[in-house]
Amino acid sequence: MLWYLGKRLLQLIPVFFGATFLIYFMVFSLPGDPVAALFGDRQPSPQVIEAIRQQYNLDKPFFVQYLLWIGGLFRGDLGTTFSGLPVSQQLAAAFPITARLAILSLVFEAVAGIVVGVIAGLRKGKLFDATALVVSLLLISVPTFVVGFLLQYVLGINLGLFRVTVSGQAPWSELVLPAIVLASVSFAYIVRLTRASVAENMSADFVRTATAKGLSRRRVVGVHIFRNSLIPVVTYLGVDIGNLMVGAIVTEGIFNIHGVGGTVFQAVKLGEGPTVVSFVAVMVIIFMLANLLVDLLYAVLDPRIRYAK
Amino acid sequence: MPSNTEPRSATHYVAPIEETPLLAVDQVNEDEKTRSLWTDAWESMRRRPTFWISSILILLIIVVAIAPGLFTHVDPRAANLNDSNEGPRAGHLLGFTRQGYDVYARVIWGAQNSLIVGLLATVLVTIVGIVIGAFAGFYGGWLDTIVSRIGDVFFSIPTVLGAIVFMSVLPARNAVTVSLVLAVFAWPQIARIMRGAVLSAKQADYVTASSALGVSRFTTLVRHVIPNSLAPVIVVATVSLGTFIVAEATLSFLGIGLPASALSWGLDINAAQSSIRTSPSTIFWPSAALSITVLAFLLLGDVVRDALDPKARARR
Repeated sequence: MLWYLGKRLLQLIPVFFGATFLIYFMVFSLPGDPVAALFGDRQPSPQVIEAIRQQYNLDKPFFVQYLLWIGGLFRGDLGTTFSGLPVSQQLAAAFPITARLAILSLVFEAVAGIVVGVIAGLRKGKLFDATALVVSLLLISVPTFVVGFLLQYVLGINLGLFRVTVSGQAPWSELVLPAIVLASVSFAYIVRLTRASVAENMSADFVRTATAKGLSRRRVVGVHIFRNSLIPVVTYLGVDIGNLMVGAIVTEGIFNIHGVGGTVFQAVKLGEGPTVVSFVAVMVIIFMLANLLVDLLYAVLDPRIRYAK
Repeated sequence: MPSNTEPRSATHYVAPIEETPLLAVDQVNEDEKTRSLWTDAWESMRRRPTFWISSILILLIIVVAIAPGLFTHVDPRAANLNDSNEGPRAGHLLGFTRQGYDVYARVIWGAQNSLIVGLLATVLVTIVGIVIGAFAGFYGGWLDTIVSRIGDVFFSIPTVLGAIVFMSVLPARNAVTVSLVLAVFAWPQIARIMRGAVLSAKQADYVTASSALGVSRFTTLVRHVIPNSLAPVIVVATVSLGTFIVAEATLSFLGIGLPASALSWGLDINAAQSSIRTSPSTIFWPSAALSITVLAFLLLGDVVRDALDPKARARR
């Protein structure tokens, strides 16, 4: 276990530097002078340009700029946006809201998805299974922002069950509808994954053995099938965190939530490149760490990995 | 020559020919064309109604994308503010947007960009993924290590998230750049799958046989290993076509995909956002067109997976 953990951490290091370098390189090697963009049509004096270039380390070689940025990242300094506000301050205000939204939708998709998936898998070929398959396929093919508008219109505007937009503080209760929207696609994937792996495990040798040695169906399903069926679902959660982040940008934009996603949404609309880059870089880092966590969870569930050398 | 069915005189017991597998061997008609994975897959696909439904839908969408003029004579860029948010009337089936565009004409013309981005990104990702995955898996060694680590870096950035960063600083926005940017972040998935498939195909006897006959490594890879490793890649490529269409719509919806002047469902959904209370139908139709297109490709992907992956077929 410890060996596995160490290996995973070591593997993360090159990926972390590679990914952050890629993002940094992409943005700063592209045409267009950020200082000129800052002034728009006006022509600043050369001294002003020079001062700004020094302030943002633009006068240093590219690689040094990258190292300074990474160094700042580790000290919690994410730089300032060109409007003067520190990115970390913006992030600190936005993060708790997005964390609440993400927790709500993760709980929703995991609980509902696994429950529906297990029932469908146990009743393969029955009506419940067929319905679950069709509904999940529909949910997967309808993009998040369409689901968002649909539920906003039907539940929010037509039926008046939910608030259409979320207020500044974004309390838990107001985040229920956005969380359902955000979870919809992942919920469908989890249903399909759980169903497939439950159906497959039902005919596995270890299940036959468990039944043959006289275990109750409750124990066979609850321990042997359920736990083994969770492995692909947990793997999916790692990928899914990436989907949730993209989904959060769209969902928070639609429901006017001032979280991390909503900030990126606004920054994209206003063309504030630096804010977008800093925020997305943080999101990518969170994505990598979350995937590490998922890998550890994976090891807890699967003894073959836990004891592997 | 004695007939096969007559009992033979023998001093020791010989099983009747019917009981031995020899009969089956004799009955093999060598002139008959061998059934490959592809003919098998075709046989299983054509029996599924889902295959025909999704294929017809996709064909229809392709025709709409190639010749939108066949379906509407209204100019999708002709706007008359007098018609703003007006309901349907003769010649304008689905009413008008806030800007006074004809909704039906824009839905029809919007298919083009979605399909171009979906197809182009899929083709790019598939070619790059196959080449990189095949070389990494077949030759192994330091090439594999380097390529796999580079792939890990791109894989650690969610495709649309990376595309948002890239597109928000890219000066040129059109269907080609959107496809390129999506492909930049999506190729490791196909490369990984291809690498895995090549690794297992490499062990096969026909590869050893090919080498024993003196065929060069490269020719063995191209002629034997790659064609035998394509099935899982094709499955993923079909499904990813749908996800690329969603990605383009999402980027356009955010305002960093196609330029505002382009005809795209994502842009139309974004524009209709402000009039969701007054005329929800302007947001409904492009959304429906987008969802049906994605659904068609997902359905086809499902059928293709069942046909090409016998394990999945057994699971069903």
